[in-house]
Amino acid sequence: MKGVIFEIRRFTVHDGPGIRTTVFMKGCPLSCWWCHNPEGQFPQPEPWTRTEKLDGKVFEKQMIIGQEWTASDLMTEILKDRVFFDESGGGVTFSGGEPLMQPAFLMEILSLCHKHGIHTAVDTSGFSPTEDLMKIAALTDLFLYDLKLLDDKLHVKYTGVSNRLILENLHLLLDLGKPVWLRHPVIPGINDTFGEKERLKELLKQFSGKISVINLLPYHSIAMNKYRKAGRTNYLESLKDLPASDLQPMADELEETGVKVIIGG
Amino acid sequence: MNTRVQKLREESLNAVNKLSPERALLVTAFYRSEKAAGLSAPVTRALCFEHIMKNKALWLGDGELIVGERGPAPKATPTYPEVALHSLEDLKVLDSRPKVSFKVDEEMLSAYRDVVIPFWKGKSNREKMMTLLPREWHDAYEAGIFTEFQEQRSPGHTVLGDKIYHKGLTDLIKEVRLNLESLDYINDPEAFEKREELTAMEIAARALISYANRYAVLLDEKAEAETNQERKKELLEMAQICRNVPAYAPRTFHEALQYYWFVHVGVISEVNPWDSFNPGRLDQHLWPFYRKGLEDGTLTEERARELLQAFWVKFNNHPAPPKIGVTALESNTYTDFALINLGGVKADGSDAVNELTYLILDVIEEMRLLQPSSMVQVSKKNPDAFLYRALKIVKTGFGQPSIFNTDAIVQELLRQGKSLEDARNGGASGCVEAGAFGKEAYILTGYFNLPKILEITLNNGVDPRTGKKIGLETGNPSGFTSFDDLLKAYQQQLRHFIDIKIAGNNLIERLFAKNIPTPFLSLFIDDCIAKGKDYINGGPRYNTSYIQGVGLGSITDSLTALKYHVFDKKDVSIQLMLEALRANFAGFEDLHHKLVYETPKYGNDDDYADEQARIVFNMFFEAVDGRPTARGATFRINMLPTTSHVYFGSVIGALPDGRKAGIPLSEGISPVQGADTHGPTAVLKSAAKIDHLKTGGTLLNQKFSPDFFRDETAIQKLGSLVRSYFRLDGHHIQYNVVSAETLRDAQKHPEKYRDLIVRVAGYSDYFNDLGEDLQNEIIRRTEHEGV
Ligand code: SF4
Repeated sequence: MKGVIFEIRRFTVHDGPGIRTTVFMKGCPLSCWWCHNPEGQFPQPEPWTRTEKLDGKVFEKQMIIGQEWTASDLMTEILKDRVFFDESGGGVTFSGGEPLMQPAFLMEILSLCHKHGIHTAVDTSGFSPTEDLMKIAALTDLFLYDLKLLDDKLHVKYTGVSNRLILENLHLLLDLGKPVWLRHPVIPGINDTFGEKERLKELLKQFSGKISVINLLPYHSIAMNKYRKAGRTNYLESLKDLPASDLQPMADELEETGVKVIIGG
Repeated sequence: MNTRVQKLREESLNAVNKLSPERALLVTAFYRSEKAAGLSAPVTRALCFEHIMKNKALWLGDGELIVGERGPAPKATPTYPEVALHSLEDLKVLDSRPKVSFKVDEEMLSAYRDVVIPFWKGKSNREKMMTLLPREWHDAYEAGIFTEFQEQRSPGHTVLGDKIYHKGLTDLIKEVRLNLESLDYINDPEAFEKREELTAMEIAARALISYANRYAVLLDEKAEAETNQERKKELLEMAQICRNVPAYAPRTFHEALQYYWFVHVGVISEVNPWDSFNPGRLDQHLWPFYRKGLEDGTLTEERARELLQAFWVKFNNHPAPPKIGVTALESNTYTDFALINLGGVKADGSDAVNELTYLILDVIEEMRLLQPSSMVQVSKKNPDAFLYRALKIVKTGFGQPSIFNTDAIVQELLRQGKSLEDARNGGASGCVEAGAFGKEAYILTGYFNLPKILEITLNNGVDPRTGKKIGLETGNPSGFTSFDDLLKAYQQQLRHFIDIKIAGNNLIERLFAKNIPTPFLSLFIDDCIAKGKDYINGGPRYNTSYIQGVGLGSITDSLTALKYHVFDKKDVSIQLMLEALRANFAGFEDLHHKLVYETPKYGNDDDYADEQARIVFNMFFEAVDGRPTARGATFRINMLPTTSHVYFGSVIGALPDGRKAGIPLSEGISPVQGADTHGPTAVLKSAAKIDHLKTGGTLLNQKFSPDFFRDETAIQKLGSLVRSYFRLDGHHIQYNVVSAETLRDAQKHPEKYRDLIVRVAGYSDYFNDLGEDLQNEIIRRTEHEGV
């Protein structure tokens, strides 16, 4: 069994506890307007041009985004930083794209990780058949669970899919008692409205005690160039970066629900 | 800090670095006098020392708590004509060079013109050395294959143990006398030499006592004239202290500091040992005095802090003595590498961190001075709180303290044959060098340019920069049929030049032992008194000479590029490669790009590349480690560059890793600038693939942008990086926290950044004092490595 992976990044410090390696798996059923990794959305490897500069000269390199990995090769790569995981209480995080788009491969690599005693986190949109999610949950120590919009119509508009399954899955995970860090991207003009904030507060209240933390992720235009290079439309072309400090009032408000709020991360 | 310390600190920062003729004139007067005639070298040197200590001017600054200066005033820096003689031209260069200048006034110039130069011309140790060293040594030296530490400074590099905190000089004199009396002139062929050495030690010990007594008299006089009652009392107290130490063992915290400082001034006045002397495990040595003082009410935490701060200022008053000749043109540094050690383990192996450790860390953070340098020894036994406290200082971007692995240091020292207790009582000094404090002479002999050897190999023994044949004929590279052929040729050249270096060192060692022994320093390092032998002549319990390998990243990537493209993939012929190197890649842009971007590189935890690091490291180790020196010491290696990677880069043309001619080499065991693209953990893994325990020190620099520290868990994560690297036996790591933006601005507006201190390589320096090349290199590294 092989998985398609478009990046492996070491020393990630925001994707779970401690020092981690994050494995970015290719393919995502959503298409969020603000996606940072548009190159991770298509499930198949795709061509990509990389520009490299040397002494003022520009070199264009043709390459492929997304490589096939066997679970055992991937395990070898993950184990390279084992000493750092051990010392920091870190581990590996599977992100993407949507790692649950490759459930069988994810199962295989998660069980290998557990054999080696490596802490595992899965960063998911939650848009996955419940059956798959439950199997994965048994091998996952921590979920980083994206919560983008609570109004379903808006969710469909901005991500391409309904949030019903996502919210159901979240309930199930929380009822199972799985540790969950909620991840909430704050996109000016899209989900920072009064209504959305109220709905988010409601949800947090409902689950306070079960959710360890919610991370508010301020919008960042970091991926602008990727859209341009891939010739994809970026609907948020003109949107400016949101300074982290602007989120303080919202964080204070959400804290009242009893859930710990962290800006960034 | 209180107003007194503030004032002392300001004065030290504002004092202008200048050259003082005082010592050179005293030394010259002594050597010209009849007193110097017909005596043995140690006794001559001891009497010369006595002459200096009895006649040098005494400095007493307003509000000072610790007394004693090397020159007549803070930052007034002496010269050492008996070691290396400055010409008038050198003095002018020092006075006018834009960086790290030393003011030279008319008094200094005329002293040199009329007295010092006429007497010493042709007699300085350097001149003798240069005449005696063979042609092949000069060829290699001029080509930039290696540098020579003892060219302008005497063999030094040692750290004090705990001896002075238990024994006064009168106790040491008793030991000296006992040994003198028991010399066996019938059976011991060295008895006469021992007698001379021991006699010299006694003269030197008495000379320091008399220096302290001169201070006692001066302090009494000042007290007499003082109207402020509080200061009057303090001055009287200080006079008492100077009567007690160094003659007798110290009784209080203040006495312990003052004793050390007298010894320090003595060591750096006797001669100019490289690097500067230092107290080593300060938190261990002072702890009994601190605890006792707090218990019996004679000391408070505040007073201890103030005394330590006053002590810190003393180090800062003493810039490294400036060099001569071509090296005077290059800017170097004011730093003299006194490295305070904190933490680590006790002799019994238990955690050595105590309350004083934290107090000294406060002092380091508050004083923010270039000198002394500071480091923390981190053993697996030390608490995280200690490491985190140190990292919080690192975070302020001041480049101190650097972080060392005690458990690795202990194993390194054990491998070299030290006892377990001596190893645990040791630490690191200079940049990163491991040593058994108080018991070892571990002399650094010079940097060794590993990539230059490849350039010579690829040119069949010829240095392409000069066209001169300085190496062996190991064959035209076109005839190499495998990577192994290339490695064999490289190894032959490496051994050839190591032999030249070692032969040169042996000659230099004898020259110093014969002409410039150091009886004063010898008093303090075990077992010089017991053996009746000098510090630089095999007296210490352990004797080591180091050769420091430079450019590990550059040589690794260059060999890897050759292996990968020429021998494995065969997509580049050796002829094409050599042509491209000769052309400095002009007209070979595609090949250049391939070498930079499409070649495995050291620093990415990629075994294909890292294997070459291990191969070169092991070759270097085998060529050097275990070989005897002329004084009965053993040669060892370590891997550190200080700033020599810039100089070494300037003498090498283009290299197969894509580095262009003249660009600095990689620094320490760090990857080539920009070659590491997999983050800090991958760098640490690569760096840990060489066997650090076979060295006496390696140097690894990592830079973090201030952004990284915004996260509240950043300190813990950095702490985990350190602990992980140390679990892999990494010897040392240091962090620079400063943004490239800040550095660029500092280059444009140096006036706004007069206090900007950055980590260079094993030490910190004022950014403004660095040469432009080095500034640019640090900016480049900062941009690439910012996480
Ligand atoms: S779920 Fe994540 S990866 Fe998928 S489109 Fe949205 S932001 Fe991109």
